[in-house]
Amino acid sequence: MATEYSEQDILKGLGEIIEEIVGTEASEVTPEKNFVDDLDIDSLSMVEIAVAAQDKFDVEIPDDQLKDLKTVQDVVTFIQK
Amino acid sequence: MFHVPSTPGGASIRAFGEYQPSNVVTNADLEKRVETSDEWIQSRVGIRERRIAGPDDTVASMAIAAGGKALATGGMSPEDIDLVIVATCTVQDQIPNTAATVAAALGISAPGAFDVNAACAGFCYALGLASDAVRAGSARNVLVIGSEKLSEWVDWDDRSTCVIFADGAGAAVVSASEEHGIGPVVWGSSGERADKIFLREGKYLYQEGQAVFRWTTTELYKVALEALERAGVEPSELTAFVPHQANLRIVESIARKLGAPRALVARDIVTAGNTSSASIPLALSRMVERGELPSGSIVLTLGFGAGLVYAAQVIRVP
Repeated sequence: MATEYSEQDILKGLGEIIEEIVGTEASEVTPEKNFVDDLDIDSLSMVEIAVAAQDKFDVEIPDDQLKDLKTVQDVVTFIQK
Repeated sequence: MFHVPSTPGGASIRAFGEYQPSNVVTNADLEKRVETSDEWIQSRVGIRERRIAGPDDTVASMAIAAGGKALATGGMSPEDIDLVIVATCTVQDQIPNTAATVAAALGISAPGAFDVNAACAGFCYALGLASDAVRAGSARNVLVIGSEKLSEWVDWDDRSTCVIFADGAGAAVVSASEEHGIGPVVWGSSGERADKIFLREGKYLYQEGQAVFRWTTTELYKVALEALERAGVEPSELTAFVPHQANLRIVESIARKLGAPRALVARDIVTAGNTSSASIPLALSRMVERGELPSGSIVLTLGFGAGLVYAAQVIRVP
């Protein structure tokens, strides 16, 4: 059975991943932030973040779903589902 | 049952050559044509400028120039060559093939001559075939060329592709040698993902950027590591890593996963753009010319592209 992660766990994990990949401080990674407009993350970095999140949270984030994940909250919700 | 030659020897690269069109197209030039910026192009694909063919540059003419330079560098005369392989996926006329035309123009008399289409992996496939042909006794000296005129297959109003692709050719001479200077080729394909890179409307190169990026940055380092293992080379022994110059971020991402922090990583894309099957020999030839790869250097190549197809091998620099 897959591990269940709390919203706080996922936010913390995403913050670490994003800091590692694009250098944005983890504290900036809050639910309402839009990846492109607020965090200045491009489409290729989104793939790297998705791949890292897949490993960390044991989920599959395919490219056709990735394009619908616009905000940090979208990713949190996707991983929780 | 039949008589076949016994050839215990190896195959090695004797020389490289390359050709680039003289026409330099900078990011500033592209800003005038499509809505883009130098900053955007450099951060997404890592290209500052690229070479685009002039009206007289064809896949064959660029192959002839690169091949001629490789022969000259290797101190070889045309009659030494008995097989010519041209890797290309951008030739306009499929008939006749390009290799025979190139051979004749170089004064090579009646060699075996064929083209290979393995897209951006074409040079690694052709090099593998050349090495096998020499080791099996089917040829003594093979001229292997990657030549591409991608500018004819680009929609120059499409800012997602016209900033990436470019033109050029690179070549290598593969000769019989006592030792093995070319490691076993590791090649494969993933045809179920043929729709990730294709010709839109049958004439314009198109790729699903995110899917290609994910494929290249998560799967291909394993192919590269397998090529090292098959050749009995440790990552720490590598002088350089010369992958297909697809996108600088892909190049650097794969390089980080090899566990070879001291290896020089080819960044030819910065000034040459993505030249498909020409990119690896073009980069190798330029790196050798700049003195970055001294004789005896051990280099890992990795080609990958439309198909999807991929191939990798280890080579020793002449």
